[in-house]
Amino acid sequence: MITRRDFVQAGMAATALTGLSGGWSRVAAQQSVTEDMLIDMPPVGNVTLMHVTDIHAQLKPVYFREPSVNIGVGEAKGEPPHLTGTDFLKRFGVDADSRAAYALTSEDFIGLAEEYGRMGGLDRIGTILNRIRAERPGALLLDGGDTWQGSYTANATKGQDMIKVMNALKPDAMTSHWEFTYGGDYIREVIEDLPFPFLGANIFDTEWDEPAFEPTLMTESGGVSVAVIGQAFPYMPIANPGWMFPDLSFGIREKRVQEVVDEARENGAELVVLLSHNGFDVDRKLASRVKGIDVILTGHTHDALPVPVKVGKTLLIASGSHGKFVTRLDLDVQGGTVRDVGHRLIPVFSDVITPDAEIAALIDEVRAPYEEELARVLGRTDDTLFRRGNFNGTWDDLICDALLEQRDAEIALSPGFRWGASLLPGQDITVEALHNCTAMTYPEAYRSPMTGEFLKVILEDVSDNIFNPDPYYQQGGDMVRVGGLGYRIDVNAPAGERISDMTLLATGEAIDPKREYVVAGWASVNPDTEGPPIWDVVEAHLTEHETVSPRGETAIDVVL
Amino acid sequence: MTIRLSRREALAFGAAGMAIFTAGAPAFASMTDDAVSAFAGDAKVKEGMVSVDAPEIAENGNSVPIEVSVDSAMEGDDMVEEIMILADGNPNPDVATFKFSALSGEARASTRIRLAKTQNVVAVARMKDGSIYRASRAVKVTIGGCGG
Amino acid sequence: MAKIKPRVKVPKKAKAGEIVTIKSLISHPMESGQRKDKKTGETIPVDIVNSFKASFNGEMVFEADIDPAVSTNPYIEFTLKVPESGTLKFEWNTDNDGKFEAEKKITVS
Repeated sequence: MITRRDFVQAGMAATALTGLSGGWSRVAAQQSVTEDMLIDMPPVGNVTLMHVTDIHAQLKPVYFREPSVNIGVGEAKGEPPHLTGTDFLKRFGVDADSRAAYALTSEDFIGLAEEYGRMGGLDRIGTILNRIRAERPGALLLDGGDTWQGSYTANATKGQDMIKVMNALKPDAMTSHWEFTYGGDYIREVIEDLPFPFLGANIFDTEWDEPAFEPTLMTESGGVSVAVIGQAFPYMPIANPGWMFPDLSFGIREKRVQEVVDEARENGAELVVLLSHNGFDVDRKLASRVKGIDVILTGHTHDALPVPVKVGKTLLIASGSHGKFVTRLDLDVQGGTVRDVGHRLIPVFSDVITPDAEIAALIDEVRAPYEEELARVLGRTDDTLFRRGNFNGTWDDLICDALLEQRDAEIALSPGFRWGASLLPGQDITVEALHNCTAMTYPEAYRSPMTGEFLKVILEDVSDNIFNPDPYYQQGGDMVRVGGLGYRIDVNAPAGERISDMTLLATGEAIDPKREYVVAGWASVNPDTEGPPIWDVVEAHLTEHETVSPRGETAIDVVL
Repeated sequence: MTIRLSRREALAFGAAGMAIFTAGAPAFASMTDDAVSAFAGDAKVKEGMVSVDAPEIAENGNSVPIEVSVDSAMEGDDMVEEIMILADGNPNPDVATFKFSALSGEARASTRIRLAKTQNVVAVARMKDGSIYRASRAVKVTIGGCGG
Repeated sequence: MAKIKPRVKVPKKAKAGEIVTIKSLISHPMESGQRKDKKTGETIPVDIVNSFKASFNGEMVFEADIDPAVSTNPYIEFTLKVPESGTLKFEWNTDNDGKFEAEKKITVS
């Protein structure tokens, strides 16, 4: 449990945070860890929220390496969640080599992964939820979205595998992002049958500009009237293919959020919770501008923070991704005010937490038709394969290598998604592992000529989506990944002036703005993109190179 | 791919090198200023009062929803007569002019506009007493495509 | 030429003095004069909805002068302080296809 002293105050230096008083990081420092030690915490007050987000269709436990590069700009510079490695450990008082260090950072990832094992699994999450519910019958389960996309089976079933298993976990509400890449019409059809509301206060129809989804769930927990407001990913039609949901408009819509919060208060809400897929920095700014939100359950940017961040009166909770964590947030709400808080970011260590038998059986059932294909071995990696981080991860290097070779290109581009589970050195690359980094509904690997000038525009444009000092202009992805191309980026320069020294690595020559280069890439947001799915391209590459160890030359200079 | 991080201070960055990209950026800004002057006539253009609401980033540059408004009672002398809308990065900055009346009840109206690139949407309001107010809002138009 | 068709959203009932939101759409290509014909390479001339007017019981409520930067299928939203029961009339003027009209009744309860 944490006390008020332990909140990270916005803009506050690391003074009060000397440790997580009684948190699991200390518990986890002990040699033998039990389920009880990971889950139990002294209860506080009358309301309990349980938060999961950005599971990305991971039914089973996975390895997931947290970023080693996560640069904050503007007011977020050096502030959580923009801390990595030893800076993170120091800021939060986490012991190196501990389970907490393994779960929260990339420090000594390989060694600790071998020691502490995979994390996540919806069956383990089921056990955690049941235990909290047994203690706190009114506890609400809130799913921040990016739940139905990101695996082979999710792609094969259009998310139905996840829907089936998540429904068994009984969420009270969810919001969304990648869900819409199955198509706007499909989503509206599917949510008709969900036993809980699919919320999106910021989703409007493009024709009459009227709310297209339910904004708010008014419910009750522990005798307290609770409003849960859903905020879908604001930049849906920009970051993902808008043609898949042409009649929907999103956006941050700060005024709308304020209106819906005010409406909830007028309707008697004593606690107002924003279930958000804005991304952490966007939510930090929103919390400073919209009045009356008690808790923001953040999502999208995949950050895991062991303590809440407090902005004014609003608590920001960051519950990680890929099923690695469940947040339990206890609140003492009296007369419409939060009097006390208890918080635990519960790490889902799959070797410690017993799987829930009913959920485990359901997972087996939805995977059964695909098991043989999922397990098919395509190759092997000699190095860690990971994606998360502001610039190329090794998974991206492998994908870019495959694009360059298999599509006979000079330059490869691969999207800066934040999802994608990791592999350890020596592990087989299976169909399942490959799809954990590529499964989505617009996987066509294009091959097209682009001028040097246009390539610069792409790099500038995407970098501004990450490094614009105003969080409202950040879309929450990482930098586009490159193969065959080197560049220098000055993250603090103004838009349009960050990128320089673009180099074609094959020749060492500077990129010529006027020359056309053959570029291969995937995940284009444009309709009618042609090419084989990216997983076929990588499979063909792995057929030619059974064992890979993607570790290129120094190619990106990042100026902080 | 290896990524090398270095501190900005360690690198001497020529300011001259940056000017190449910024020179001539607000190509149509003077046309916007001219349009504002023509609208204002002899009146002094003051900042504030009028507000422009638009998405931070356009979902589609061909159809960007915008709302202009002035906090006004729209009765007696407290009236807004008209609001002109300009887009300072379009080849032709003119967008529309909205005219209000006592029956409007509020000085607030919306439409959807075309923005050729990242730029400012400018609103200029004429009050009943002849005073002119101006405000603007930056809207980013991006190629997008790498979110998530 | 695609069929030009106006549509409006107006509340049927209001209280006297209530400020209501009025929404209007007209299907129209809003040819900006900046596009070139892909076959001939010639510039396609400007062809837009150039103005919009709304009146209530004959009195002016709201007007808009429209330039080519307004999007295809022009959308205009404005407000009306409803004084009494009556009829809200809409009028769109186009460069090449004349005038289009619509009207809706509002009953004050």
